[in-house]
Amino acid sequence: MTLERISGGQYGQARSKVHLSPKLIKEPIIHKLGQRFKVVTNIRRADINGDKGWVVLELEGEEEDIERGIVWVTGKGVRVDPVIGDIVEG
Amino acid sequence: MSYALALRCRKCGREYPLEPLNLCDFCFSPLEVSYDYKSIAKAVSREEIAEGPPSMWRYRDLLPVDGDVVDIGTGFTPLVKAYNLGQELGLDKLYIKNDCLNPTYSFKDRVVSVAITKAREFGFDTVACASTGNLAASVAAHATKANMKSYVFVPFDVEPGKLTGIAIYNPVLVTVNGSYDDVNRLCSQLTQRYNWGFININLRPYYAEGSKTLGYEVAEQLGWLAPDCVVAPAASGLLFTRIWKDLDELSMLGLVQPVNTHMYLTQAAGCSPIVNAFEAGILQVHPVKPNTIAKSIAIGNPADGYYALRVARQSGGSACAVTDEEVVDGIKLLAETEGIFAETAGGVVIAGLRKLTTSGIIKRNELTVAFITGAGLKTQEVIAQGVHPLVIQPNLESFEEVLGK
Repeated sequence: MTLERISGGQYGQARSKVHLSPKLIKEPIIHKLGQRFKVVTNIRRADINGDKGWVVLELEGEEEDIERGIVWVTGKGVRVDPVIGDIVEG
Repeated sequence: MSYALALRCRKCGREYPLEPLNLCDFCFSPLEVSYDYKSIAKAVSREEIAEGPPSMWRYRDLLPVDGDVVDIGTGFTPLVKAYNLGQELGLDKLYIKNDCLNPTYSFKDRVVSVAITKAREFGFDTVACASTGNLAASVAAHATKANMKSYVFVPFDVEPGKLTGIAIYNPVLVTVNGSYDDVNRLCSQLTQRYNWGFININLRPYYAEGSKTLGYEVAEQLGWLAPDCVVAPAASGLLFTRIWKDLDELSMLGLVQPVNTHMYLTQAAGCSPIVNAFEAGILQVHPVKPNTIAKSIAIGNPADGYYALRVARQSGGSACAVTDEEVVDGIKLLAETEGIFAETAGGVVIAGLRKLTTSGIIKRNELTVAFITGAGLKTQEVIAQGVHPLVIQPNLESFEEVLGK
């Protein structure tokens, strides 16, 4: 959702569901996402059971940073989905 | 005016006005329409419904619409007593709900008819959806009828038959190059950028209500009776939960006896996140990457998966997955026994039904309804290899020669 323009970029928000796998459960992905991409992360819901689970995040920042951040997380092998689940239906 | 009161969060119960919204702002759970059931009970009777049109709109009092509806002739599809298939599977009271016979050949016409009616009420002039075929065709057809513009987004590898079945209604048809997840993310971004009525996103609570008419019809066609067993496919899980909800509503309104229906959910093994969770005995539905010929139900991260799982458990039902080979066998079995040509999702249901009866989970004397939700002409590719006609010359000798007479 585009909110306003700040310093030439589009400021935005995204809500994403991040699925954590056993392989990556120990890595502070959310912390690194905030640090590397200047994205403010806010955990809204989470369900982590043992070595896997999911976290619903609100991300706020420059749209380009959010996009790059999600690409980075995905590149680590983490699945990131829209909060609603699959949007493409039969 | 409809009897709809508000949108209510399925998880935390918070209420929202009847607007184009789909998620609770607080807990991000899906919203659903709540109704004034007391008033509905006074207004609705079996006789009043019987006098309504022979379409899904005979149940209008149970739907959240206010004005003129966008209707292309959807619903009141046949409920067929399946003697031959029943004999094959060892079931005495088997029925097929043949929802292939809707205007765009799938049950999606039910949900889209309600969603586009609401889109018009909300003042949208454009509707959109992301789909692997059936939903897109239905949205395009209904938008045409409503004089609205439509944008439909499909993955690049959609079956050719489905693409044609969408294009004929002349929407803005966009094929997206990329993985399934790429398409998903793009469409998520589109919903935030454009002020469109996104059929299964911001209009989802209304879209969901259209599914209920499928179960209403079955109960009415059975002489106002809820079946003992329901076997249905699950993609997002929405249809499955709504069949349960509508039987429950009918019971609450006194139109059927208290419901004791067992709900059986079927998925293709190549995309069975809900079945996986059921079998693991957990409530968390973990996403999977779809890999099956049953593309119309290949939803790797089902929005209503948790709720579908709960319905299967609470109703004393079950969940089962079938291989692609079993899907093809299921399509053939239904066609060869009942003369109904289903798409792959129907093959999943029949193959699942066979598993459930073979293992003794569904019993011979239980009144069972299998839901066939889309027509086979859309997915002919999956059975085309098995077509071997007898080739003859135009004379009797040639004919009898190939027959071996």
